[in-house]
Amino acid sequence: MIPDTASPLIEARALSKRFTIGKTFMPGSGKQVHAVNEVSLTVSAGETVGLVGESGSGKSTLGRCLTRLYQPSGGQLLFEGVDITDATMSELLPYRRKMQMIFQDPSASLNPRRPVRELIGEPLRVHKIRPTAEIGERIEELMGLVGLPVEYLDRYPHEFSGGQRQRIGIARALAMEPRLIVADEPVSALDVSVQAQIVNLFADLRDRLNLTYVFIAHDLGVVRQVSTRVVVMYLGTIVESGETESLFAAPAHPYTEALLSAIPRMTASGPRIMLEGDLPSPIDPPRGCVFSTRCPRATALCRETRPALTARPDGRQVACHTPIGA
Amino acid sequence: MANPDQPALLEVEQLKVSFATDRGRVTAINDVSFRIDEGEFVAIVGESGSGKTVSLLSILGLTDPRTTSVEGAAHFRGKPILGLKDSALRKIRGKEIAFIPQDPLTAMTPVHTIGWQIVEQIRTHQSISAAAARRRAVELLDEVGLPNPEAAFGRYPHQLSGGMRQRAVIAMALSCNPALLIADEPTTALDVTVQAQVLELLKRLRRDHGSAIVLITHDMGVVAEVADRVMVMYAGRVVERGTAREVFAAPQHPYTWGLIASIPPVDGPRPHRLPSIAGTPPTPANIPAGCGFAPRCPHRFAACDSLPPRLPRDGHGAFCHLDEATRARLAAAPETAR
Amino acid sequence: MITALIRRLVEMLFVMFGISVMVFLIFFATPGSDPAARIAGRNASQETVAQVRLDFGFDKPLPVQYGLMMKRLFVDQDLKSFVNRGQNVVPQVIEATPVTLSLVFGAAVLWVLGGLAVGVVAAAVQGSLLDKGLMVLALIGVSMPVFWFGEVMNLITQARLHDTWMFSWVPALGYKPLTTAPWEWFKTLVIPWITLAVLYIGIYGRVLRANLVEAYQEDFIRTARAKGLSPMRVMLRHALRVSLIPFITMFGLDFGVLVGGSALLTEVVFGLNGIGHLTYTALLNLDLPMILATVIYAAFFVVLANAVVDVLYIFIDPRMREA
Repeated sequence: MIPDTASPLIEARALSKRFTIGKTFMPGSGKQVHAVNEVSLTVSAGETVGLVGESGSGKSTLGRCLTRLYQPSGGQLLFEGVDITDATMSELLPYRRKMQMIFQDPSASLNPRRPVRELIGEPLRVHKIRPTAEIGERIEELMGLVGLPVEYLDRYPHEFSGGQRQRIGIARALAMEPRLIVADEPVSALDVSVQAQIVNLFADLRDRLNLTYVFIAHDLGVVRQVSTRVVVMYLGTIVESGETESLFAAPAHPYTEALLSAIPRMTASGPRIMLEGDLPSPIDPPRGCVFSTRCPRATALCRETRPALTARPDGRQVACHTPIGA
Repeated sequence: MANPDQPALLEVEQLKVSFATDRGRVTAINDVSFRIDEGEFVAIVGESGSGKTVSLLSILGLTDPRTTSVEGAAHFRGKPILGLKDSALRKIRGKEIAFIPQDPLTAMTPVHTIGWQIVEQIRTHQSISAAAARRRAVELLDEVGLPNPEAAFGRYPHQLSGGMRQRAVIAMALSCNPALLIADEPTTALDVTVQAQVLELLKRLRRDHGSAIVLITHDMGVVAEVADRVMVMYAGRVVERGTAREVFAAPQHPYTWGLIASIPPVDGPRPHRLPSIAGTPPTPANIPAGCGFAPRCPHRFAACDSLPPRLPRDGHGAFCHLDEATRARLAAAPETAR
Repeated sequence: MITALIRRLVEMLFVMFGISVMVFLIFFATPGSDPAARIAGRNASQETVAQVRLDFGFDKPLPVQYGLMMKRLFVDQDLKSFVNRGQNVVPQVIEATPVTLSLVFGAAVLWVLGGLAVGVVAAAVQGSLLDKGLMVLALIGVSMPVFWFGEVMNLITQARLHDTWMFSWVPALGYKPLTTAPWEWFKTLVIPWITLAVLYIGIYGRVLRANLVEAYQEDFIRTARAKGLSPMRVMLRHALRVSLIPFITMFGLDFGVLVGGSALLTEVVFGLNGIGHLTYTALLNLDLPMILATVIYAAFFVVLANAVVDVLYIFIDPRMREA
């Protein structure tokens, strides 16, 4: 659980992902969207890295690049120290098992005509993770892990509530015995009272199975609850990262500060920093700091030169020319 | 806030909504009564399936009459509106009571410009020229904070960002100066920084126009930010109501306790585990006969198999069998307090 | 928007070129068969075959052959049918085109109007007896084979009831040119139009109803109703506008294919010598030059109709404009 000493499980080095939109066979058509722009991120074994940001920040794209669901357009991706940036499908196979993805809406990945027993058993059989004789036992074990009664094994996905379906989705991911789980907004579709159950389940599973998470969410409260470290993204780049509680208590990047202050609270809080306008277009990002167009502290320097992500002694990384409290 | 001498803007009594389904009739809303006064900001909080949206849609006649039956009474400014002929109800809908839908992308017709859709609403209710309606629409777009309202007038919904779209939808709702705005999760589809802008806009509009606002939401934080009064709904019934101050300072219903406690905090100490409510909310088809929350309630006892006593008409109250002393004791206990 | 249109037109030309190359390759460059012999027709003498080979340049490389063929077809227009010796192919296609176009245009007007009416009315009274009745009628329309329905129409209007006041106006089968006798043109085509349209009214009505019913589940319909609009306005300006997109897609495909010769059965039943008829005879006789011409002609109309549909999309759905 101490990130500094543990070995890096997955490492992104200046990872980029560009999408081309509106491309036809006519030359010169199409525009480049810089969804993720030279992001470097190391996730050590045992850590839970919370990836936060608003829509268009590139957090989901980064998550998909990390599990190689997307082919990165640039940079390097290392898993357990092995470069898998350009690994072929067959070369990836052994790593695919070790890194699983969990999505917001599990229903889409659950075949409605199959009972839960088959849905969870399928990866066990296909990847020959367990001998056939042990599969039944393992399925029941997995159901227990995610807190579903064994009696539900012969039910079909539509007979479950949203929270239960997410549990089935988690059980399927766990069947592969992964080391890393990248969870993309796993609780945002759930009701508040159910959301808390699933957040707790994620925490329990991490402790019991020694899992490493990359937890992508827009809900800062949820991220604070599960993460050991938080990475804040804006327009395809990391603007700040650091240990969870210190980052929430004392944000250094003006964007993090604005994001935190925008959360509606039940208890009285300080004055709100109201950001003007919208996210700039990722097709044509600002030349200087990505946040300079909306930043209340922006200077001429910010609009000209993009600040690099620099580490402080306490492990906090900030990409800002005029960080708060500096 | 509720002043019994003044006629209520909207008064709903014993509303009951049931749907015809494949497995027979299910009651989604049962015995819901509330009043909204002029200029009030009321929040209705609940999870999916709690009936918070359906209760208001049914009052506006926006549920499907072939499958839905609506019983009870609703008065708008003293006039009954439930069971009114559609043609008569249409004169109120969009003019006196406006609706702000949840996801502004799917809530606007994709093939017409923002301006066209606002002008359409204005000219449905007021006999003014197209040019005047256009001027009014541009004014409205300016008022809700769209940069360059003239250009925005000619934009299609998909050409605006989520926040700008939600502003455009709000402009449309405001176009006939309604006395009551019903906003159905207006910020759920938005990012937090944009949500803060839109909530600020709603607060300002209430100040400037004096419209009452009913905000339907699942987010307790949003409620605390904006609402004067709160109604908490669960399993088709109002389980607690009171002023926002009362409800947040001393919530009375075990569901409200759980709801508040299960929100992960963004400041203060980080709980090791989030307090959560066991189980899942019922669907309209399997709402228990007694207290709807009983199956998930950690404090249930024998009486909970029957319906709790009705909520008082005014003031802070909960739809719950627990007596005041027990409630005070439980609320003080560390696992329910926050 | 202009660039979107231009791009669409350029793409259309590319597709046309691709189709002509493909047709050419299938007929003239299939390995193991001598195109000259096939063009010359069955039982042609050695000299004729040799002459054809020289004429068409079949001893030259394929691209040259293709160029020569297209030049004959479009520029010189002297590609000759080998079955009806000496007959140029292109004039025959040009002669048959107005017949088919008249038939399909008129039927299209009927089926678009009929399909819209059936779909809108059925969706507006969804679940009622009228809705169910209309859907049964539409299903009957879809199920009736066009040749059978055509013959029944002929039986009624040309024979059984021809001498009564109802159908005495119906002229004998055959085509009258629009330019010389517009009224006759109209009268001869009314019955074929109805025959051809009935099937499509059924299909379009049912599909449109399904799309409208689906549209009524959308949030924006709820918004439109919440605005206090009349049910008529909600239907026509909101639900129908959005549901027209699949309607137009289908129309483009059907129209193109029909003009391209698929109205064959109707043409045969009503004695109209249109493109369908021409293609059919050419296929029976393995008249390669004629087949080549009619296939390219048909492809042209299918591609053209789809291009028109794409342009219509751009007008109807603003979301398509940026793509």
